[in-house]
Amino acid sequence: MALTKIAEIILLILLVVCAVGVNFGKSLLQAVIIFMSYSSIMCILWVLLESPDLAITEAAVGAGVSSVLFMLTLRRIHTEDLRMEALQQEAGMSDPVQIAEASQEEGSSESGITGE
Amino acid sequence: MKIFDLNFDVEEEPIPDGEDHDLLENIMDGEEVHDSPREKVKTENEYYRNYVRSTQWVQKLIRTENKGFNVFYFSVAVVSCVLLIGMLLFTISYLPRYGVENPESTLVVKRYVENGLQETGAVNIISGIILDYRAFDTLGESHVLFTALMCVTVLLLRDSKNMRTQYEDFYTIRDEKYHELYRESIMKFVAAVLLPCLLLYGAYVLLNGQISPGGGFSGGAVLGSGLIICAAAFGFRSTDRVITRKTANLIAFFSLGFYSFAKGYVFFTGANGLENHIPKGTPGAILSGGLILPLDIAVGLVVATTMFGFYSLFRRGSIGGNK
Amino acid sequence: MENLIANSTEAVAVILFGIGFTMLLFHRNLFRKLIGLNVMDTGVFLFLASMGYIEGRKAPIIVNGVQSTEAYINPLPASLVLTGIVVSVSVTAIMLSLTVRLYMRYHTLNLDEIYRMADHLEDDR
Repeated sequence: MALTKIAEIILLILLVVCAVGVNFGKSLLQAVIIFMSYSSIMCILWVLLESPDLAITEAAVGAGVSSVLFMLTLRRIHTEDLRMEALQQEAGMSDPVQIAEASQEEGSSESGITGE
Repeated sequence: MKIFDLNFDVEEEPIPDGEDHDLLENIMDGEEVHDSPREKVKTENEYYRNYVRSTQWVQKLIRTENKGFNVFYFSVAVVSCVLLIGMLLFTISYLPRYGVENPESTLVVKRYVENGLQETGAVNIISGIILDYRAFDTLGESHVLFTALMCVTVLLLRDSKNMRTQYEDFYTIRDEKYHELYRESIMKFVAAVLLPCLLLYGAYVLLNGQISPGGGFSGGAVLGSGLIICAAAFGFRSTDRVITRKTANLIAFFSLGFYSFAKGYVFFTGANGLENHIPKGTPGAILSGGLILPLDIAVGLVVATTMFGFYSLFRRGSIGGNK
Repeated sequence: MENLIANSTEAVAVILFGIGFTMLLFHRNLFRKLIGLNVMDTGVFLFLASMGYIEGRKAPIIVNGVQSTEAYINPLPASLVLTGIVVSVSVTAIMLSLTVRLYMRYHTLNLDEIYRMADHLEDDR
């Protein structure tokens, strides 16, 4: 088999591994980073399929702008969390007993970000 | 060792008092920076207590009620996904063989490849297809980009009419000020090395759309990435000189308008059976391909503005400067 | 079955589509659903553009005046995918801004909680 055919098969297997690996990232940041590498492998695959236009566009857009937008969303969400903490302190609910009975699980909004 | 003698200090003009609502001091003093029409809005305190009460109730509900449904849902999801992949793989096995030319898929392409150079003047056949033979698709797609930028603006814009309370963007603005005061030197160095290369490469790919691989979308995306790196490393004051709100609007408006008018002539020439006399030039020169070069520039500018606009809106809530 | 191994690129593209669809269904976190949507998108693009590849031929840029169809791959699917890639980033940007607004309102990314809270949060913001 030609060398390009072997490289193509290896890259395709890596692609599936990356796509499955996004599910098993423990936090959202890990998922975004694995997605970035998935995009980069896709870019090389476009070169092997003899389409250089698609390769440049995928590199700039997939591994560039799209992943950066994901990370910026994470940053905005973190900022909102900080704001909620400030509100919490202002509302006078800094007492741990009160916090525990106000929200049954400690860090209810955290499980939204890092869990699942 | 000092390879580059880089001076990154941006001369900051003094801001007259009371005019920059960005300043932390204005917000921390507790003054209201908006005149909101919602005079009857509840205070933050009540809002928070209400939210906490409903969260507690909702979590209790979800935990106690949904166990059976969860099991059912996941099993059905697994079965349906396996079925979907199996069905599609079964269809793949009936497809014609990969990598072998089959006449069903290359019947239309004969015309594009064999007469492409004479009819469009472009050496890159793909550019000739998307900007000459099928130019309306690209026109619609540029409008899709612009519409996406408008949608994100509607959702994420924060200006003086929009801030709800003084806490609304406190942390966003605090992060911005921190970032402007203490910019990291690794980022600055890498950006100083990469930025001229990126902008040059983006302009090269954009202008050589008809000769070599590239074109409007690729060049625009690379240019947009260059602008993003500039804003991320050197703060937004460095890009506020180039892209302001007015500039972004003007670029999008004129580019899309020019594209629409430039490809509107085919309605007249095609309907009346006229030839189009736009010169095609010699293939391989940079000024060739008829209208492909100006259209490339128009599309590339729209794409670059859109990418940078997304970054700017996510980061600080406005495209070019605030208030 | 041998056809599947010969059409390996298309098979993997379809598997990626299925994996992205699975991510849409399985996770309750909004963010991971968006990543699954992106994976589905790239799977579709891979499938489309691999239809144009013909072995032994080069990229569709005319060199040395050779203009026969025998020397270049099929350029048509590649030009369709080129606009698709940029559209997919626009859709991702809109979805992410909607996620930010949802988080500002409900302070959770868990879709079940958002559904429930939407009925019962009595604030009018």
